Amino acid sequence: MITEATQNIDENKAIIKIIDMHKWYGDFHVLTDINLTVQKGERIVICGPSGSGKSTLIRCLNRLEEHQRGRIIVNDIELSKDIKNIEKIRTEVGMVFQHFNLFPHLTILDNLTLGPIWVRKVPRAEAEETAMYYLEKVQIAEQAQKFPGQLSGGQQQRVAIARSLCMKPKVMLFDEPTSALDPEMVKEVLDVMIDLAKEGMTMLVVSHEMGFARSVAHRVLFMDAGQIVEQNNPDDFFYHPQNERTKKFLSQILH
Amino acid sequence: MESSKEITAGSELKPPITSVGVIGWMRENLFNTPLNSLLTIFILFCLYAIVPPLVKWAFFNADWTSSGQVCKESTGACWSVVTNNFRFILFGFYPYDEQWRPTVSIVIFILLVIFSHNRRFWNKNLIYVWVGGVVVMGVFMRGGLFGLSVVESTKWSGIILTLMLSLFGLTAAYPLGVLLALGRKSSLPAIKTLSIVYIELIRGVPLISLLFMSSVMFPLFLPEGITIDKILRAQVAIIMFTAAYIAEVVRGGLQAIPSGQYEAAEALGLDYSQKMRLIILPQALKVVIPPTVSILISAFKDTSLVIIIGLFDLMKTTQVTLSNPEWSGFSTEAYIFIALLYFGGCFAMSNFSRSLEDDLKT
Repeated sequence: MITEATQNIDENKAIIKIIDMHKWYGDFHVLTDINLTVQKGERIVICGPSGSGKSTLIRCLNRLEEHQRGRIIVNDIELSKDIKNIEKIRTEVGMVFQHFNLFPHLTILDNLTLGPIWVRKVPRAEAEETAMYYLEKVQIAEQAQKFPGQLSGGQQQRVAIARSLCMKPKVMLFDEPTSALDPEMVKEVLDVMIDLAKEGMTMLVVSHEMGFARSVAHRVLFMDAGQIVEQNNPDDFFYHPQNERTKKFLSQILH
Repeated sequence: MESSKEITAGSELKPPITSVGVIGWMRENLFNTPLNSLLTIFILFCLYAIVPPLVKWAFFNADWTSSGQVCKESTGACWSVVTNNFRFILFGFYPYDEQWRPTVSIVIFILLVIFSHNRRFWNKNLIYVWVGGVVVMGVFMRGGLFGLSVVESTKWSGIILTLMLSLFGLTAAYPLGVLLALGRKSSLPAIKTLSIVYIELIRGVPLISLLFMSSVMFPLFLPEGITIDKILRAQVAIIMFTAAYIAEVVRGGLQAIPSGQYEAAEALGLDYSQKMRLIILPQALKVVIPPTVSILISAFKDTSLVIIIGLFDLMKTTQVTLSNPEWSGFSTEAYIFIALLYFGGCFAMSNFSRSLEDDLKT
């Protein structure tokens, strides 16, 4: 659908570099020898069976999970124990969660302005203007004064996306953004994500929405048992999978 | 088509007369089973046996302003014990001619409370208003300025002492308790251990022994010549004690907040204090309003324990009044009066917490 997709990628500008990265939960080896470079403007969809480590992988990128070996470099800053560095990276990396995680005690508008006001130190009036701009964009501006609990799941997830965008991130991470939604609400969220893709946002999306992957992704990654088993452009990935595990997985989800 | 007809017909049909109104309500709630009918009759009989004599005692046969001698011959309640000793019960040993000063302080206090009741005024200015109010109250109480004679804190007694211990006790214990709860959940081992040790130590000790320690043991450790006000020491003991309990309640609230809230706050780049202040605590403290208010209410009542270290709070001034031979037989009436004062305070607190919960519902 997005035909000139590949042209958006800036081949010389890696925004995320993961080098020989490992992670364990106790004795359990969740991520094994991950190597991945994401260019600016690139869109990657990560799929794989549950428990394969795909969520853990993107949660390592903003240090919601800590990796134990290897290096992760985001926006030229290497992730380390230094909390200041971590906060700097988090400011540049937006994240959308499976369960939205909006702040239930704040209005929609306050949910959106909180980050810009306290982290980016933007004046309130300006933050509210930006917030309304993104609310318009996700077509939910009329709900600005409501609380998250009054919105449907699809609306909440669109607000969550707008909340991340208000921080003007360089990268957006999506952790199964449509998995907790009722079927009829999946499309409204995917539409917002497709719009975002058209604007050239760098995106890493953990998702099983194969239609979305086919139309938007530059690259599809298949993970199994903590490893990146196969990666390819969508066409080759879906129609000529190389690895046995990939073939099996695809045959299960594409009926 | 048919079903819509039925609905119209149904809505025009009135319910049977016996299921609405007073009779309907009584049938529904008081006499719906044989056992309930029996219980209803039994309770009505008990009320008949108790209420009329009680009203007679408390109101019709009561003495309101007579002397103790007259009271002893009467069959009703002797409220005179309260009215004749009103000022001593409330103000204790505060100099008689200066007792307008604690009265003014109490009025200021009540005005402050009424003012703070309205959530529209909850901002930074409210803190200044309170600090100002407390300073003014202190000046009135202690004197030494503007031509007011000095009244040492040893003479502060009665209701003003109770209010003071409660007000400072509760307002200092709450933030301290929140900090302790955060400390206990902290990832820094030193802070975490200290918080746990503090909370468990204090919770493992009755308030009375803390008060004893503050009044008897603590001065032994001070270098010679230095004394710390006895009221202040009791105050600190109450704050330390209450804070430990609040800490555990708040910790429960922190655990009730889903991890997704922490993650969303962190993913936005908020630092620890912003995350706690803006996202986690507002939700956690709201969840624990009911148990927190329980603790505050019991702390308010527990201030009466300071009588065992010889401070003259409301309870003690009442006891002193009753030790006067003229009034020695009328403890029931005096304690009912005190109970009403305490009840007023506690009821106001629990009422306020309920309205706060309604306000904060989202």
